[in-house]
Amino acid sequence: MNWTEAELDERFGPFGGRYVPETLIPALDALTVAYAEAVADAAFCEELESLARHYVGRPSALTFAPRFSERIGASVWLKREDLNHTGAHKINNALGQALLAVRMGKRRIIAETGAGQHGVATATVCARFGLECVVYMGEEDMRRQALNVYRMRLMGATVVPVTTGTRTLKDATTEAIRDWVTNVEGSHYIIGSVVGPAPYPRMVRDFQSVVGAEARAQLLAATNRLPTTVVACVGGGSNAMGIFAGFVDDSGVELVGVEAAGEGLETGNHSASLSMGTPGVLHGALSYLLQDANGQVHPAHSISAGLDYPGVGPEHAYLKDIGRARYEAVTDREALDGFALLARMEGIVPALETAHAVAWIDRERSRWSSHDLVLLCVSGRGDKDVAQVSDLGAVST
Amino acid sequence: MQSTSATTSSDALSRHLEALGARRRRALVVYITAGHPSPDATIALMRALEQAGADVIEVGVPFSDPMADGPVIQASSQRGLDHGVSFDRALDLIATAAVSVPIVLFSYLNPVLAAGEDALRRAAAAGVHGILITDLPVGSDRVRERWLGTGPLAFVRLVAPTTPTERMREIAAHGSGFVYLISRLGVTGAREDVASELPDVIARLRTATALPVCVGFGISTPEQAQIVGRMADGIVVGSAIVRAAGTSIDAAAELTRTLRDALDSA
Repeated sequence: MNWTEAELDERFGPFGGRYVPETLIPALDALTVAYAEAVADAAFCEELESLARHYVGRPSALTFAPRFSERIGASVWLKREDLNHTGAHKINNALGQALLAVRMGKRRIIAETGAGQHGVATATVCARFGLECVVYMGEEDMRRQALNVYRMRLMGATVVPVTTGTRTLKDATTEAIRDWVTNVEGSHYIIGSVVGPAPYPRMVRDFQSVVGAEARAQLLAATNRLPTTVVACVGGGSNAMGIFAGFVDDSGVELVGVEAAGEGLETGNHSASLSMGTPGVLHGALSYLLQDANGQVHPAHSISAGLDYPGVGPEHAYLKDIGRARYEAVTDREALDGFALLARMEGIVPALETAHAVAWIDRERSRWSSHDLVLLCVSGRGDKDVAQVSDLGAVST
Repeated sequence: MQSTSATTSSDALSRHLEALGARRRRALVVYITAGHPSPDATIALMRALEQAGADVIEVGVPFSDPMADGPVIQASSQRGLDHGVSFDRALDLIATAAVSVPIVLFSYLNPVLAAGEDALRRAAAAGVHGILITDLPVGSDRVRERWLGTGPLAFVRLVAPTTPTERMREIAAHGSGFVYLISRLGVTGAREDVASELPDVIARLRTATALPVCVGFGISTPEQAQIVGRMADGIVVGSAIVRAAGTSIDAAAELTRTLRDALDSA
């Protein structure tokens, strides 16, 4: 295939692009220009850094995990995005995009959310800047994440239940795009992951790349070494792209993304688009996708609402195809064990999403040796998941 | 950039529309979703709508995630999927109906890509004249746009109210059959009024292309058909027809007749 320069700018290898209704093209053009101007503007960067420090609490800590390390026989370090304001990495992107929206004069913000962490982060920054906030959330996810629904409403956001399709993140995203097509002139759509049409995947990665940049510097300061392996969970893939961004040029560093195998890859009830999907177009981008032979999107399944998505960011598709990153999958059951494991051994309750990455590291115990240095992105804290896990009775206490 | 498609008049669809224009007849383009309310009904609907005065029939190939569609067409797509209607099943229905008015497929890129390299040839063989992809704007994917633009079907492109005039030219240069002008921001679905900016948008579009211009999104009533019919070469009615088809074939045919009369007296 021969791509033009403009197309290449929108892509990662063959993946990405802008597969959207014509109505949105001028808005994407304007966003691309506004973003490029913003990041070249020292005042914008200073304001973002200042808010990241004083409002979000960056830099987030890098924590050595002594008991988990002893268990697996390698050194494990945790990048603590769970300690951010609002409890996850999502705020890094929401903050950057909200500042951009203000700069563009857009006072109405649209967002989609799965687990609710991105919705909460968006509602938070909208409250901070006095912006109107409308969050689309699948009805099923609203049930699973009632606490986050309350938090969003408390901060003044309107949470719209989505009752179409599987009533999860996929359908919430479709509904958010419909809102944007309708209200494009005064609204900015804050996509929560490295998905969607260009420039979103690159822009969201850039706003999340602070995770990898900090972790690299912190680990070098603490150990004078780069990690052997960087591990992060992948739904849409924003925390993974954020931390990978710090190491993608370090060719000796292994990058591992952990997807949700749900009830098991063989059952078909999973969210492992990179492991099991084929290239297809959803929500504006070409990437790996769970779909049937007729090109209909296959419903995803994961115990974790944040990973319950049949697509994945196009840059992950590219990193997989060129062999720079590898992608593994962990079942619901294994993730629950990972959830309990980090809680018991380190006193850190991870998000169920993060728990997938914990579980993979633990499952791979036989591959680690004492000089290995494993960097795990703790994408968020598990408070939001405690009620669900408790109801399942899935973890003995 | 080089045009990827034929110019005006070289495809059967634009010739058909130009012939209508020569007779001062405004084109009535009606949309139905393949498989809604059932595959058999789709066949009967195509025939009934032709009889009732439709000039072009758009047949939606259902997609699981129709992000450009409102609630009515979303629900009809789900119905079609529930009946197992795929790209090729939709072609079967079209071939069986064997109507004489042109058929334009309306879908999203993913189900069309999944149908394979040979999909456009199969569609033409089934009696399809044109294809419209809602999520493949001009310049988004040169490779796949070329596939669609150089194939056996007219490649109908969309223009939005937000489209700058310069981009309208580029869109028209890379399309054929007719230009589908989206009358307002938003998704498909019936509205009461006509967008106030429509005359200006049509005027801008006329400076950008000689292709016939059909206006859709939000048109459902005879009054709207008349107003828009005075400005455009044709109108597209989707959700209102789909909703009527959910009631009965007769209801959809009756609405089509009413719209026909309104257009003819515009």
